[in-house]
Amino acid sequence: MGRQTVTEATQRFSFTRRSLLLSAAQLSVGGLLVGRAAWLAIAQNEKYSLLSESNRVQLTLIPPRRGWIIDRHGQPIAKNRADFRVDLIPDRVTSLDAVLKTLTEILDLSFDDVERIRSDFEKAAGFQPVQVADKLEWEKFAALNLRLPELPGVMPARGMSRDYPEGAAVAHLVGYVGAASADQYKESRDPLLITPGFKVGKDGLEKTMDLYMRGKPGARRSEVTARGKLVRDLAMKEDIAGKTLKLTVDAGLQAYAARRLGRESGSVVVFDCTNGDILTMASMPAYDPNSFTDGISHDEWDMLSLNDHLPLMNKSLQALYPPGSTVKPMATIAFQRHGISPQDTVFCNGGYRLGSRFFRCEGHHGAVDMPTAIMKSCNTYFYTMGHRIGYDKIAEVARELGLGQEFTLPFPSQRYGTVPDSEWKLRKFKKPWGQFDTLNASIGQGYVLTSPFQLAVMALRIATGKALMPRIIAGPQPHVAPLNIPPEHLAVVHDGMNRVVNAGGTATRSQINLNGITMAGKTGSAQVRGLSGGRGDMSTPWKYRDHALFVGFAPADNPRYAIAVVVDHGIAGARAAAPVAKDVLTYLFDPAKAMASLLALEKAWGGTIKERMERETTAYRAQKAVERGEAPPPPPAAEDLGAMAPSASSAPAATTAGPVPSMTAADPTTAITGTPPTSAPAETNGKVTP
Amino acid sequence: MRPGIIPAPILNLPWPLLLPVIFVAMFGCVVLYSASGGHLQPWAFSQAMRFFIFLGMALMLANIRRESWKSMAFPIYGVICVLLLIVEAFGAVKGGSQRWIDLGIIRLQPSELMKIAIILAIARLYDLLPAGEIRGWHAIWIPLAMIGFPAGLVLLQPDLGTATMIIAGGLTVMFLAGLPLRLFIGGGLAALAALPVLWFTMHDYQRNRVLIFLDPESDPLGTGYHISQSKIAIGSGGFFGKGFLHGSQSHLEYLPEGHTDFVFATMFEEWGLIGATALITAYFLIVRYAMNVANQAPDKFGRLLASGLGCTIFYYFSVNMMMVMGLAPVVGIPLPMFSFGGSALMTLMICFGMLMSIDRANKRAGQFL
Repeated sequence: MGRQTVTEATQRFSFTRRSLLLSAAQLSVGGLLVGRAAWLAIAQNEKYSLLSESNRVQLTLIPPRRGWIIDRHGQPIAKNRADFRVDLIPDRVTSLDAVLKTLTEILDLSFDDVERIRSDFEKAAGFQPVQVADKLEWEKFAALNLRLPELPGVMPARGMSRDYPEGAAVAHLVGYVGAASADQYKESRDPLLITPGFKVGKDGLEKTMDLYMRGKPGARRSEVTARGKLVRDLAMKEDIAGKTLKLTVDAGLQAYAARRLGRESGSVVVFDCTNGDILTMASMPAYDPNSFTDGISHDEWDMLSLNDHLPLMNKSLQALYPPGSTVKPMATIAFQRHGISPQDTVFCNGGYRLGSRFFRCEGHHGAVDMPTAIMKSCNTYFYTMGHRIGYDKIAEVARELGLGQEFTLPFPSQRYGTVPDSEWKLRKFKKPWGQFDTLNASIGQGYVLTSPFQLAVMALRIATGKALMPRIIAGPQPHVAPLNIPPEHLAVVHDGMNRVVNAGGTATRSQINLNGITMAGKTGSAQVRGLSGGRGDMSTPWKYRDHALFVGFAPADNPRYAIAVVVDHGIAGARAAAPVAKDVLTYLFDPAKAMASLLALEKAWGGTIKERMERETTAYRAQKAVERGEAPPPPPAAEDLGAMAPSASSAPAATTAGPVPSMTAADPTTAITGTPPTSAPAETNGKVTP
Repeated sequence: MRPGIIPAPILNLPWPLLLPVIFVAMFGCVVLYSASGGHLQPWAFSQAMRFFIFLGMALMLANIRRESWKSMAFPIYGVICVLLLIVEAFGAVKGGSQRWIDLGIIRLQPSELMKIAIILAIARLYDLLPAGEIRGWHAIWIPLAMIGFPAGLVLLQPDLGTATMIIAGGLTVMFLAGLPLRLFIGGGLAALAALPVLWFTMHDYQRNRVLIFLDPESDPLGTGYHISQSKIAIGSGGFFGKGFLHGSQSHLEYLPEGHTDFVFATMFEEWGLIGATALITAYFLIVRYAMNVANQAPDKFGRLLASGLGCTIFYYFSVNMMMVMGLAPVVGIPLPMFSFGGSALMTLMICFGMLMSIDRANKRAGQFL
């Protein structure tokens, strides 16, 4: 018992000691806790306060209102419209399928829309918003907002969307806008680029003048929860709207020219002769920049990119053609400069012999002087005179008049073609210039390549005799130097060009008769195949037919406007290009009269550009749906035939139209049956007598 | 007894314990009120209700005689072991980890109760063991087995945090019981040496957790997110805090689990270092009360039970705070009486009931002396 008590006591003592030890350990841990807390809260307070603030406060950029694009009279070409939109933030989406299902239900998304969203979603870089829909009606927008809690990653917003009232007519002129690409963002790291609703210019003036029209974003500081829910706005800074871009273009004329091209593939460029203002630069067919702004579906893209009328190309600046006979007036300037009198005649008996080769003329013109040669487009005269002075001297004048030149213009790309000469050929082909090269080049064939825009500049400079520079952005009048061409030389050229239209020349069917106002010009037909293949007619497949060209100015006696028209595979300048030029120039002097003839034509073509495009898209979608097996093939005479008919009618006969891609596979019998009787006037070279 | 306005039964309550306990619990409710955005629902009110109910229960437990605790020690331990087995069996049947038994009115979490039961049982074991046997083999293996069995079951659930608490509580009692010091030193060294071995036997995900603990910023969106956001809340709280109802980290839901495991960060953000120091002080007062009770106890059972419970309370809050401040890996241990939740609160209040019971016994013994 004694032993035990002693041991108990020892144990008690050891307990006291050990519990003291533990208490000491506990106190030191307590000290550690307080020390750690002090370290975090006092020593590192600044760092963590900052982190906490950046958690709490979110800076949201407000996309700036983009500057409008207006025409020379102040009429809007591109403007903004308030709308309701919905975006997806890929990072926050938990199940794309579930979200898309609900969104389809609320917003009535089409199959195409869903496909487009899916593919954008895959390409997007997580933080980049993917547009679901915009221009929503208020009811749908409100319905969506109600169901937001079950839709993670869906961001509804009120924003601005770009609106192009003239649609496809201005597509190649102004381009279009769209969300910035992932690459653009990676390059600049500008958070504005990934702000939902912010658009950058993707093509045309929208792209090149992007920063001018962009403006400065506004910002909103707001308190948000970790899940992105807005608690309250703290501060707000208004955006600064972008500057308005005023163009030299006449919006009405631009739209008219685009419409007047009808179902053709082609371009029209019109200049103001007083200062070089570009009044119109139309290239058709084109895409609708309004629908590009939303991001387009696969089908729509396929339809555009597979179309042989190249709706995605700005043909005015980027398509190159042999200018054909349109360069003949230009050549006569060179002839006169190098001593050939306008009265000198050449006898045309159907061609010109050079060694063993015979270069053909279109006719047997007999004795022709300079103005007559222009009027009748006599190849023999130009072969002879070209051969006499040599092409290098003609090339010099060609360049002075703008051919082969690149102009300082705010467009993403322009092709400047070729004005060949002996030095160029030696450099390019390591071969000396041949005399047959001169003959070919003298009539605008061979190596010569020009863009419709350059042809218009040529027309402008021949019309004015001044070295006018083209310009698209309105500004103060530039100083203009005269060209090195004596007025008497120019008078001969003007006389020839006047006779082309008004005195039994090649384009007499395209006279303007408005209170004494007349048009002067020169037709041209550019070969697509070698001469031996024939000039091409309606029996030739569309893509082998000759291009139709026309350059001109009006009024003939005192030029105010200059124009170039190119109609791809239009067979001959006189039949396809000159009538377009005539109507477009008529619009400048008498819009009502021009509109009347256009409306008659459009009736035959199947409506306005917009109506025709809508029908084509519908038909293409229907066809795609059949190919995918989602819809039964339509019966040959079913109701949707009506929709297909107008484009189908072009295939067999109409001169003013080429095949429409969605119809290439169409059964010709169907097409003929579907041709409405009203399409008959379309066969008369688009010429409508007022 | 001093005559006064306050009646004797109330005056005689163990206020050195009750005052800090009530302070901690009420402070907790205030913080929960703020965590729910300035509302009594869903946390603050029910937590307060529960606290007062359990406090009443604790005061009743205080009336149980020390001798009864002694005789109930092993049966309680046994029953809870069986409950753990049942939970384990249910979990196996349901094919998931399950930690509680649904009794209809309360979801009973046996592992939580085991934290006290292990102290009770080990204290009782050494109480039974003759003093001379303390250096014997039985004094080592029997308690180790008694700790290992439930700890193993809890580990299987799997609940590393609670298992660690059970082991720590049991070992602490063994240490206080007077087992040779060299055993602990040797054991500690052996554990240290085993660490690299453990590292190589761990699964990748377990290693990841350790790595994330060492460098939370390396995983800002996973487990590291909890720690990072918690540190931001604490660090931005500063000395005085952002003020009641002004904690942006918790109100804007950046702080995860802001009402349970990370409630300390919620508190710190609004009350700052001042609030934290007050809270830690209160906890230390509670632990100090337990140690005082232990030192005044005339017998080994009372000493070991009271000090063991005191240490358990200490482990509770210190491990939680270390975790929240990035000093320990994230293991699910709530802040006692402060975090929202019934089980932990109940465990704590049973703890206090036992402490008060021993305190009474001590005082009674003192009167007899």
